[in-house]
Amino acid sequence: MSDTILRVENIYKSFDGTGVLRGVSMEIREGEVVVIVGPSGCGKSTLLRCVNGLETIDSGSIFLREEKISGRTKDLHLVRQKIGMVFQSYDLFPHMKVMDNLLLGPTKALGRPRAEAEKEALEMLERVGLREKAYALPRTLSGGQKQRVALVRAMLMRPEILLLDEITAALDPEMVSEVLNVVIDLARSGMTMAIVTHEMRFAEAVADRVLFLEDGVVLEEGRPEEFFHAPKTERAQRFLQSFTYASKREA
Amino acid sequence: MQDLGISILFKGVNFQRLMGGLWVTLRLALITIGLSCLFGLLFGMLMLSRRKIAHIFCRIWLEIVRFMPQLVLLYIVYFGFARLFGWDLDGETSAVIVFTFWGTAEMGDLIRGALTSIPRHQTESAAALGLKKSQIYLHVLIPQTMRRLLPQAINLSTRIIKTTALVKMINVTEVLKVGQQIIGQFYRQPDAAFWVYFVIFLLYFLVCWPFSLLARRLEKRWA
Repeated sequence: MSDTILRVENIYKSFDGTGVLRGVSMEIREGEVVVIVGPSGCGKSTLLRCVNGLETIDSGSIFLREEKISGRTKDLHLVRQKIGMVFQSYDLFPHMKVMDNLLLGPTKALGRPRAEAEKEALEMLERVGLREKAYALPRTLSGGQKQRVALVRAMLMRPEILLLDEITAALDPEMVSEVLNVVIDLARSGMTMAIVTHEMRFAEAVADRVLFLEDGVVLEEGRPEEFFHAPKTERAQRFLQSFTYASKREA
Repeated sequence: MQDLGISILFKGVNFQRLMGGLWVTLRLALITIGLSCLFGLLFGMLMLSRRKIAHIFCRIWLEIVRFMPQLVLLYIVYFGFARLFGWDLDGETSAVIVFTFWGTAEMGDLIRGALTSIPRHQTESAAALGLKKSQIYLHVLIPQTMRRLLPQAINLSTRIIKTTALVKMINVTEVLKVGQQIIGQFYRQPDAAFWVYFVIFLLYFLVCWPFSLLARRLEKRWA
């Protein structure tokens, strides 16, 4: 029985009176990969943003390794150091070289010696196939390369859990797999992750568990092979159907 | 036969006097620019503050500076304050006050613009790395703001340098005033005025040109 890393208990969040999260609970154990899917506007991204305190929650609680992290306003940065997050937009700092992007967190937030962190950064870049871009400026990188760097940047903080918020949604189709393969590699190495994505085949490949969110509630939860091939709820069935097309030669 | 007008510049200490005047101009401009950057940063952050009252205060300040001719502001401080509060400010101090009042608002507005032009996800991804607010400003927001700001700030600086010419109206002997004194002494030389003003033009050019070269280079490098 592995330890629980993240526990979300009955959280509510509304924007301007509209409920975006309406009583969401979930638990993620060490080394587990949980994929959150659902139609747009269902609250998936908001859920991730609440976990690392980019949004405050209206009620409920969030625990990281049994420590309550929701509702705190002081030293939020100490919590975030343990939670890695990568976003949809290319969020590298454009004025810094790749290496400086990577080392900002480890050296400034964690106070690690630069030389040691740089060595680790180079190893990680090697692993994602970007060793030769270590001292390039972000604007010389493709979208897929930027997102791989963003993943490395989050990993160098040695987070307890990694949150990925639609990290391939802004990419050209041919770049999606180079990024998602890195994520699968991280999953294999035992990284705990919560992933929001629209790439269903990737979701099925990487998930230990799938959460189907609609209208701010978890409608269905299950193992990927169950969820993707035999969804229990009618809404999940409809959602999954929207990713398939009828052939013009049928019927 | 009379000398060419330009030769009067090299008579006696005329040239040194002109350079002395230029130094007054530069000193005034540099102090003003320095103070405007400093207070402008505060002004810019105040404009972005969530407090409505701070926002209104800045807005009014900025509007005053925009529609009031600088000369009027100079007269108000130099003559008006002496009458009203009995403050006997010398010309240079009055000028620094007025130009800083102006420069702070303009620089602050530029800083506000540069700060707001940085996408929100830059702040968020820095926060997600576990950086403190001060570190986010220091390493992520301010460097990017500077890059967007510098060309415009340099442009404002050259405007400030040029506008210091107004202080001759409140008895500060800067380069233009010195030039007029020289012309006055050589009133028998009909082309003296042309040559003196021509040299002053060159001096302004030599001071401002490096600034705009710098602005252009930085713009290219950071584009």
